[in-house]
Amino acid sequence: MPSYEPWSAARAETIIAAGKDAPGALLPLLHDLQHVFGCIPDAAVPMLAAALNLSRAEIHGVVSFYHDFRSHPPGRHILKLCRAEACQAVGGEAVARHALARLGIDWHGTTPDGAMTVEPVYCLGLCACGPSAMLDEAPLARLDAARVDALVETVR
Amino acid sequence: MKFFLPRDMAAVALGADAVAAALTAEAARRGLAVELVRTGSRGMFWLEPMLEVATQAGRVAYGPLTVADVPGVLDAVATGAAHARALGPVDDIAWLARQTRLTFARCGIVDPLSAEDYAAHGGGRGLDRALALGPAATVAEVTASGLRGRGGAGFPTGIKWKTVADAADAQKYIVANADEGDSGTYADRMLMEGDPFCLIEGMAIAGIAVGATQGYIYSRSEYPFANATMRAAIAAARRAAMLGPDVRGSGIAFELELRVGAGAYVCGEETALLESLEGKRGQVRAKPPLPAHQGLFGRPTVINNVVSLASVPFIMAEGAAVYRDYGMGRSRGTMPIQLAGNLKHAGLFETAFGVTLGELVEDIGGGTMSGRPVRAVQVGGPLGAYFPPSLFDTPFDYEAFAARDGLIGHGGVVVFDDTVDMRHQARFALEFCAAESCGKCTPCRLGAVRGVEVIDRIAAGENRGGNLVLLRDLCETMKFGSLCALGGFTPYPVLSALNHFPDDFQAPALPAAAE
Ligand SMILES: Cc1cc2nc3c(=O)[nH]c(=O)nc-3n(C[C@H](O)[C@H](O)[C@H](O)COP(=O)(O)O)c2cc1C
Ligand code: SF4
Ligand code: FES
Repeated sequence: MPSYEPWSAARAETIIAAGKDAPGALLPLLHDLQHVFGCIPDAAVPMLAAALNLSRAEIHGVVSFYHDFRSHPPGRHILKLCRAEACQAVGGEAVARHALARLGIDWHGTTPDGAMTVEPVYCLGLCACGPSAMLDEAPLARLDAARVDALVETVR
Repeated sequence: MKFFLPRDMAAVALGADAVAAALTAEAARRGLAVELVRTGSRGMFWLEPMLEVATQAGRVAYGPLTVADVPGVLDAVATGAAHARALGPVDDIAWLARQTRLTFARCGIVDPLSAEDYAAHGGGRGLDRALALGPAATVAEVTASGLRGRGGAGFPTGIKWKTVADAADAQKYIVANADEGDSGTYADRMLMEGDPFCLIEGMAIAGIAVGATQGYIYSRSEYPFANATMRAAIAAARRAAMLGPDVRGSGIAFELELRVGAGAYVCGEETALLESLEGKRGQVRAKPPLPAHQGLFGRPTVINNVVSLASVPFIMAEGAAVYRDYGMGRSRGTMPIQLAGNLKHAGLFETAFGVTLGELVEDIGGGTMSGRPVRAVQVGGPLGAYFPPSLFDTPFDYEAFAARDGLIGHGGVVVFDDTVDMRHQARFALEFCAAESCGKCTPCRLGAVRGVEVIDRIAAGENRGGNLVLLRDLCETMKFGSLCALGGFTPYPVLSALNHFPDDFQAPALPAAAE
């Protein structure tokens, strides 16, 4: 289970200082920040802008372009369900519908108890054994409704 | 006793880590001394987790295994007794024996992070030969091999390298496109997890050939296993002088760094990828200038797919002619074809160009997993056409697929059975394009959104004839008015669905979709 640190400007400053001099530093820095805080906190944007000599609007533009970056911390677990064609071909859409209904949320939603966030993903490279997913760091293959139910139980 | 079990992400998804833990625990309980090497996958995913045991007669395999199988397998290994999951000598498994593994020769066999293992299995000879031949002859060798880009566009790799070699600049770059976003493809992932030194060697050869001292691998956040392995392999390659200030004592420098994308499909497009590497939004650049002239940070840049680069060590080690002798027409060498979706035997099958789609699906793939008839096969990812079984005689070849309004792309083959709704698939293609569009040009950004609306109207039975004409018009506009292949090729899946499966566009909407 991933655990995130509460926002700390000092911590963010350290992360930014360590990576800001690499060529094309912004994407790696955004990954580093999200890894630590679970999202890209608004307060990090002016700090990134200052360190990289960019405008806040430019930083926002990059953050919003990429599907990975969140503006709010996710639930305690992240379930990424593959929605791409090879998984569709083996019933992935029905599995995804079941998972969302079972959790009572929509894509990108987090359960009210904060246990789980569900995100769509377009191919995990597990296309020979779909429907595929990732639960936090663990890849999952050949999902069906029963396995989804079991997963939901284990994280609750 | 020496065992081999994949650490490949798909094998782990199928339970390889649990089997590894059970094996280690059971061996300890029995007081057996075992060595367990975690390899890449051989690519037969219906047999994963597949355990291999070293014997005097070579490796023998057992799979697919569960934790419960482990004690019985250990008994069978110890006594030579039969086992329900025994597959016999790995090299005799027909599915493997039928392949021509040039690029994936080591994947699934070696310890991915052992430089010694790599060398023991022929690794590094291509780099040594490139250093001995020098830049010009290396470029000539790659050109003579007939190698074309495996990322989708099929551009001759040697010609791309020559352009960069001829560009005068103190700083040039090699970029590996590992943003493998196409559904149904996983060759880049398997190679990075199973034989990462092969990609590193290919990139180092490219660097020597064109005079570039810095390389980047642009991978995806969806591939955490590949990224971890690749990072460790870069460090190991530096220790083994395959990278660094003095590559293999030649005095030539080549450095390499892994960068990770952030979930944008369009960043697989080469110029969007370069923008992303520069830390910007992944927006497509207008060409010219070509990346070969002004690429990363404005410098001459070779950008190639992982499989293109990983094919080079073999070509350099064995000679261009050996590679070029495989294949058909203008498609030379081998292609690691990735069989996916609703197939009994889905996996990576490297073979010379020329195998037909029907052989791949029915014979090699074993038909559908569901046991129902095949209805449609999408080749080449989300921008590839859907082919019906009546086109199964199409040989796997760049030109043959293009002649039938399709593409081979990165070699993904996704099989659907007769439950597929092709109107739904056409809608998905447009929806995906709308969601992933970089926003630079109108036909792609707005056309895809319009297309989804039009399909919904067709589904609702609103002026079907008129809306079908409109959908085709939209596709034509996207084809000819888009800057890159995201907008330009999304019409392939849509038009192929319309042309080959017209009935699906006449049917009433399914209750769920009509709500
Ligand atoms: C939307 C889009 C996505 C692409 N995705 C990839 C990709 O994931 N990997 C890749 O190698 N090429 C991809 N390409 C093709 C690249 O633009 C480029 O042709 C390729 O990296 C060149 O390398 P190659 O000559 O070795 O194939 C994509 C193209 C488009 C238009
Ligand atoms: S076709 Fe789409 S993705 Fe390609 S440049 Fe135009 S808007 Fe961007
Ligand atoms: S399509 Fe789902 S893992 Fe590739």
